[in-house]
Amino acid sequence: MSEISTDLVRHLASLARIDLSEGELQSLTGELAQIVDSIAKVSEVATPDVPATSHPIPLRNVFRPDEVRPSLTVEQALSGAPEREGDRFKVSAILDEEQ
Amino acid sequence: MAKDKLLDFDKAIELYEPVLGFEVHVELNTKTKMFCGCANAFGQGANTNTCPTCLGLPGGLPQVNEKAIESSIRLGLALGCEIAENCRFARKQYFYPDLAKNFQTSQYDEPIAFDGELTLELASGREITVQIERAHMEEDAGKLTHVGGATGRIQGAEYSLVDFNRGGVPLVEIVTKIIEGAEADAPEVGRAYVGAIRDIVRALGVSNARMEEGNIRCDANVSLRPRGSTVLGTRTETKNVNSLRSVERAVRYEIQRQAAILEAGGTITQETRHWHEDTGTTSAGRPKSDADDYRYFPEPDLVPVAPSREWVEELRATLPEPPMARRKRLREAWGFTALEFQDVVNGELLDAVEATVAAGASPADARKWWTGELTRIANARGVAADTLVTPQQVAELSGLIASGELTDRLARQVLEGVIAGEGSPAEVVEKRGLKVVSDDGALIAAIDEALAAQPDVLAKIQDGKVQAAGAVIGAVMKAMKGQADAARVRELILERAGQ
Amino acid sequence: MPELIHLSAAELAAKLASGEVTSVEATQAHLDRIAAVDGDVHAFLHVSDTALDTAAAIDARRAAGEELGPLAGVPVAIKDVLATKDMPSTSGSKILEGWLPPYDATVVARLRAADLVPLGKTNMDEFAMGSSTEHSAFGPSHNPWDLTRTPGGSGGGSAAAVSAFEAPLALGSDTGGSIRQPAAVTGSVGVKPTYGGVSRYGAIALASSLDQVGPVSRTVLDAGLLHDVISGHDPLDSTSLTDEWPSMADAARRGGTGEALTGLRVGVVRELSGENGGFQAGVKQRFDETVAALTAAGAEVVEVEAPSFEYAVAAYYLILPAEASSNLARMDSVRFGLRVRPDSGPATVERVMSATRDAGFGAEVKRRIILGTYALSAGYYDAYYGSAQKVRTLIQQDFAQAFDKADVLISPAAPTTAFELGSLVDDPLAMYLNDVTTIPANLAGIPGMSIPMGLAPEDGLPTGLQLLAPAHADARLYEVGAAIETMLTDAWGHDLLSQAPLLKEAVK
Ligand SMILES: [Mg+2]
Ligand SMILES: [Zn+2]
Repeated sequence: MSEISTDLVRHLASLARIDLSEGELQSLTGELAQIVDSIAKVSEVATPDVPATSHPIPLRNVFRPDEVRPSLTVEQALSGAPEREGDRFKVSAILDEEQ
Repeated sequence: MAKDKLLDFDKAIELYEPVLGFEVHVELNTKTKMFCGCANAFGQGANTNTCPTCLGLPGGLPQVNEKAIESSIRLGLALGCEIAENCRFARKQYFYPDLAKNFQTSQYDEPIAFDGELTLELASGREITVQIERAHMEEDAGKLTHVGGATGRIQGAEYSLVDFNRGGVPLVEIVTKIIEGAEADAPEVGRAYVGAIRDIVRALGVSNARMEEGNIRCDANVSLRPRGSTVLGTRTETKNVNSLRSVERAVRYEIQRQAAILEAGGTITQETRHWHEDTGTTSAGRPKSDADDYRYFPEPDLVPVAPSREWVEELRATLPEPPMARRKRLREAWGFTALEFQDVVNGELLDAVEATVAAGASPADARKWWTGELTRIANARGVAADTLVTPQQVAELSGLIASGELTDRLARQVLEGVIAGEGSPAEVVEKRGLKVVSDDGALIAAIDEALAAQPDVLAKIQDGKVQAAGAVIGAVMKAMKGQADAARVRELILERAGQ
Repeated sequence: MPELIHLSAAELAAKLASGEVTSVEATQAHLDRIAAVDGDVHAFLHVSDTALDTAAAIDARRAAGEELGPLAGVPVAIKDVLATKDMPSTSGSKILEGWLPPYDATVVARLRAADLVPLGKTNMDEFAMGSSTEHSAFGPSHNPWDLTRTPGGSGGGSAAAVSAFEAPLALGSDTGGSIRQPAAVTGSVGVKPTYGGVSRYGAIALASSLDQVGPVSRTVLDAGLLHDVISGHDPLDSTSLTDEWPSMADAARRGGTGEALTGLRVGVVRELSGENGGFQAGVKQRFDETVAALTAAGAEVVEVEAPSFEYAVAAYYLILPAEASSNLARMDSVRFGLRVRPDSGPATVERVMSATRDAGFGAEVKRRIILGTYALSAGYYDAYYGSAQKVRTLIQQDFAQAFDKADVLISPAAPTTAFELGSLVDDPLAMYLNDVTTIPANLAGIPGMSIPMGLAPEDGLPTGLQLLAPAHADARLYEVGAAIETMLTDAWGHDLLSQAPLLKEAVK
């Protein structure tokens, strides 16, 4: 019934940037298939005439005035950095093309 | 990297119809970022303008900058767009180290402005109208610096460093519909379109609009359609073409490159391409693929934006005169030829000339100073002319010439002083002692000496050949170190010669 | 005099105010209790080493005659989902192990401003994903009533801390029941406020449109006192409401007089009351008895229907993973947290991120991230996330109709009493169904409360009564909740927690 395949889960894991092991892929595929089967029923009642609710309490036009608030200090900003060089965060080489 | 084969441009246009599309990102000049109260400022130390929100720390939440909404609406209106009655932010999700949350808060199917148009005037006088599909709000990413490797580019770098000061800076992305019918003008249309956007955002005051600082960034989409076909060709998207001249060159290059491929029976790959300013070429980037799945969904941490019609109309009333209408008006008012006016426009000196005229200079004088001496100095220094002096200073200088207090030559020296920060033109004249010598006594002494040294010239003048006075004027001016009014010198020579 | 740890927050606050007890004494008593029992309970992930200093400073200010707030000097435990400047904030995840935020969550800042004394950070299911606290990367918490059982989740640590007298008050967060269900199975009180009533700024987001921070305590009044401290508009949270909230503590005091029940229209939600099975017999029995007692006390009990609730769990398990997959994308090893290099191959930033997220996230988190990624991916959005948002509308409509007929709705807060550690951890679907009673309130944004409803006869473990009120009507919950609390404790002749076996020796 479900279309959840290992390949799909592998693709999803790469979108989600999680390096799943083969074992994890296998078990997740089964679990996900089962879960998806049980939650797919939402579409039964989601007819076109029903509006979607994204926020439980509807609000609109919540804005902030364009006024500067104190930022973190550089030391605070970098305090959790796994690696830094000077005042910047350091990451390994980037393979992908820029977006 | 193999060099691309290019087809001759005219040949390419003969065989294919170019179809264009542009995505222009405009960085707004709000005081604070799009979703947090950190300063929207440049040139400060790395990571000085960050907070839990723009740094994507766990628990950080966005708050929409009202001024950014206002600027976006004004920009939308200036582009002739409808303003949405209700729109939302959405998350565009992809992992990248400069994107703090690993999603960009943007707008997806509900942009704040849509369905606009912009009419461009080309140098030939041809007008072409570009349809605007949408203008939406989003945030900028942080800044990466690639370290190691030979080029400083991302390829071959050993590691990269991230500064999030720019992360979260408000952007408006303006997307055109496809532009057909540009034909051989396609490269110029690209340039004119981006130039028009720049003029509009500058006139609105919503952006600093300095392309060289990345305030305006253009992605150019180009495809070719064989003559007689109705099917659109495969397009490429050349990213980050960040000067007007580059837009023109990049469009031209892609037309020639794609035409060469098609002409040889090849196919165009749908991909992003990188623009290389130094070589004037593009190179292949990331292929577009089904894997581009941004998993957009409405940003649950923000609520809808529903600008009231009253607000929209209030903002519409604040719009300045459209740049194209303004240009027409000024050209007529100043009485410039098309070529003279184009000089001013191309030099991005319209504001400067207008302000100089407003400060009292004649249009011709204002134009002469800005497109002449000031542009020359600015080019030599690699800066913009309007950063050198103020229009008021130019008008003052121009006034000193008109009143005979300065000669053109002296005025250039005064200008040097003004640029060097020695003060106003009048102050520089005073400090450097550059005033025209109008003391007839000193002039007469110099004239008599010169006439005595050149008795043959004196004889000619006395014979009625008054143009011979020129030789004496030169000698007198030299003796006076240029600080004399040539017209007065001439009068006195004729007087002394008994004419 | 009973030990300090057995006082309610309100009682303790009174003794602090009168000078009978100092905050240092109260704080020390709770630190001692933590030292004595937390090895067994494991409610805390971190115990503050500055709590006594904080308490001493408050005592000094009180001694100097300064006017202090109603809960000044009272210790409080903080769920680890909340950012605290002076204590690691991990949300129960290895990927944030040791992370010291450079800022305080708004609710934490408000605790400090009101001079409460943060005792430490409480255990939770990793990123609040779970109903048992077994998904904590730092080991499960244990139910003080029976150490072989879970204290519920995700806020099992806060509920366990309060019910084990390690803290009189705690903060929790409730996305689908994470305050109410643990309260139910530990015999404590827990409140999920109206969505937007309490700031989420600094709460490590699970599902942005569902999350709400709220109080955990041993009495309704105590919850109200804490609610008053943390609630109110916060410009840093764009979904924060601008309501002028009445005092919840005042509402609880009003309710405590018992008059609130007369003429009160109480709706029993058929779909949440175990009519269709799936509820433990003892839970159902205590619920039926409570309904009868309410009728006897003069309330008008009506049955209401909510047909769309059948789809609530499914909608919830689409919305939550979708939003969570996005919210957790920031855990990428760049700016904070764990960084793991891949075992082999080039350590590009992409591979470092993937390796970090593989090593740093537990199985349940990965499961939900993958599920959420699927639900949002191209081509599935309308069928899944979009449909779930529509179900949300239907559930709101059901609630609106129910509240036409009733002032408050009631149901069991959880279908069962505390389950055995390990019994559901490998069966995600069964675990998900445990939240069937609490999820609708989150989807609709309405406030909900769980209060002790007696012990299930078959296992002697606590059961919880859930009360629901319309959005913005949180005060009604406190008034009615306090009234029912009074009615039940009067009937029992004691409060429920004095029955807890583990705690008996300390309670005497
Ligand atoms: Mg964009
Ligand atoms: Zn910021």
